[in-house]
Amino acid sequence: MSLSNWPLKKANSKAYNIKSTKQITIPDGLWVKCFDCGLLMYSKVLKRNLKVCPQCSYHFQASSNERIDQLIDQGSWEPMDAHLISTDPLGFKDQKLYSQRLKDTAVKTGLQDAVQTGVGRMDGQKVYLGIMDFRFMGGSMGSVVGEKLTRLVEKATQERLPAIIICASGGARMQEGMLSLMQMAKISSALEMHKKENLLYISVLTSPTTGGVTASFAMLGDLIIAEPKALIAFAGRRVIEQTIKEDLPDNFQSSEYLFEHGFLDLIVPRTQLRSKLIQILYLHTNND
Amino acid sequence: MITSNRKLTVPDFMRPVAELESQVTELKRLAPKNDKVIENKINRFQDQLTKLQKKIFSSLTPLQRLNLVRQSERPTTLDYIPNILDEWIELHGDRGGADDPALVGGIGKIDGHSIVFIGHQRGRGTKENVARNFGMPAPGGYRKALRLMKHANRFGMPILTFIDTPGAWAGLKAEELGQGEAIAVNLREMFSFEVPIICTIIGEGGSGGALGIGIGDSIIMLEYAVYTVATPEACAAILWKNSKESLAAAEALKITSHDLKVMGIVDEILTEPIGGAQADHQSASKYLREELIKQLNILLRLNKSQLKTQRYEKFRKMGAFYEI
Ligand SMILES: [Zn+2]
Repeated sequence: MSLSNWPLKKANSKAYNIKSTKQITIPDGLWVKCFDCGLLMYSKVLKRNLKVCPQCSYHFQASSNERIDQLIDQGSWEPMDAHLISTDPLGFKDQKLYSQRLKDTAVKTGLQDAVQTGVGRMDGQKVYLGIMDFRFMGGSMGSVVGEKLTRLVEKATQERLPAIIICASGGARMQEGMLSLMQMAKISSALEMHKKENLLYISVLTSPTTGGVTASFAMLGDLIIAEPKALIAFAGRRVIEQTIKEDLPDNFQSSEYLFEHGFLDLIVPRTQLRSKLIQILYLHTNND
Repeated sequence: MITSNRKLTVPDFMRPVAELESQVTELKRLAPKNDKVIENKINRFQDQLTKLQKKIFSSLTPLQRLNLVRQSERPTTLDYIPNILDEWIELHGDRGGADDPALVGGIGKIDGHSIVFIGHQRGRGTKENVARNFGMPAPGGYRKALRLMKHANRFGMPILTFIDTPGAWAGLKAEELGQGEAIAVNLREMFSFEVPIICTIIGEGGSGGALGIGIGDSIIMLEYAVYTVATPEACAAILWKNSKESLAAAEALKITSHDLKVMGIVDEILTEPIGGAQADHQSASKYLREELIKQLNILLRLNKSQLKTQRYEKFRKMGAFYEI
């Protein structure tokens, strides 16, 4: 259930070459080349287009900060639980100490952990929003991600408001062992309370949404939306290839593949995500 | 008992036990009847054997435990069911086009209570394991489990689940049919049920595939069972970039019953017979039955809303973080 199961760079087909999980940083004033079509463009142009290639619509990875700017009415964002910080409950050490990895990642990204949560307005409608950030240890879900999302959903239930979670994750954070697996349960329990109150929960799946996140809150949206050509999966492609020993469909585990099989309501390009979410929220408000 | 024709599956750490055991058996066979001296000698050997077993089993490493519970002699869900239930019927089908043999379920009676049981089902031997897909359920397995749990909830029957899987099936069809969605829905719905849920990890608890039937009011774990977020092999390959580091990964991941009890992830550790559950199915079943009845009687004292609140609180507390 971890990101590195995913042969992200492996290009099985040109059309569905899912490469958006590469770490990219675009310093201002530089030229960037589209990973997919090769278009050379000014980075400001790419940013203005919400990091979507203007020529081929390839979706570059967006940070949680960028997404808040893209989705929430200006000046309305109030962050929640920004002071929750991961501990190292197992004293975990692989090639590096987990505690050191946390510190280094925090410095590098300016984030405390792999999710930002808060309340804000979308065209005036109040929503509770959680945004995962792939830059923080592959968006992996440990105790902090679990706790922040659980509190977000609990608050939404209390206030009788809709909740939206933008997913981007390699799955459970193995460095926290079973505690990370249990976050799947914890968030799902909060969503059960929210659902019981007949409140709206929308999950938005961005590339990549995999493993334990797919097997919990990503797939629990009353409505489930994905960005185009996102990698969405439960198990790693390589693992599956090894077991079935045959080629997988070109669009396997892409948004389009999931859509074809009935697991998504909509595929919405990032450039239209805000307006589509606003419309959906609006369409759920006239029965009060 | 481990007999010589099964030696091939004996893990390394069990070899001394297996050897001594076969020697004792041989001695017993050859010894003349009513010879006190030889009888005493055999008894001494027997004591030695028990001591050796106890010693080996008390210091099993996490990886040895994993190998132990993957042994084919280890009792499976359907080995336990006839021994712990007074009567039972297996029920079938997800009502969506499949009946997954890797996840079984049904209705039965235990100590006078009608219950629904659900469990992963491994096979014994290659042929049966292929048929059971090595205990790795497809999405339909989780949906069958959900159907039976909803049935339990409607008829006020407590739910007993038995966890024993390397993980949910990772395959083309599983992805196509929504493995992630199937597990996710079970996680959420298991919080909605108003009947007691008791989950027992009887062997290997493999990640999301285990958790998909693992939300309960009381979580019991057999002494030598393991419960992992990822298999040590996978974890080593990913974090150490070397699958040979699975020993280190197994240590680091904290997968034993003792570690998980300390972390508050399991409630009860169930003692296994000497040599593990595989050495004595009858005693293992007896211990499990007694524990299930005990837990059931505790949980049946709670009303519906107490049960649900307590279940929510139980999982709500899981996690470790600083708040500054
Ligand atoms: Zn392009």
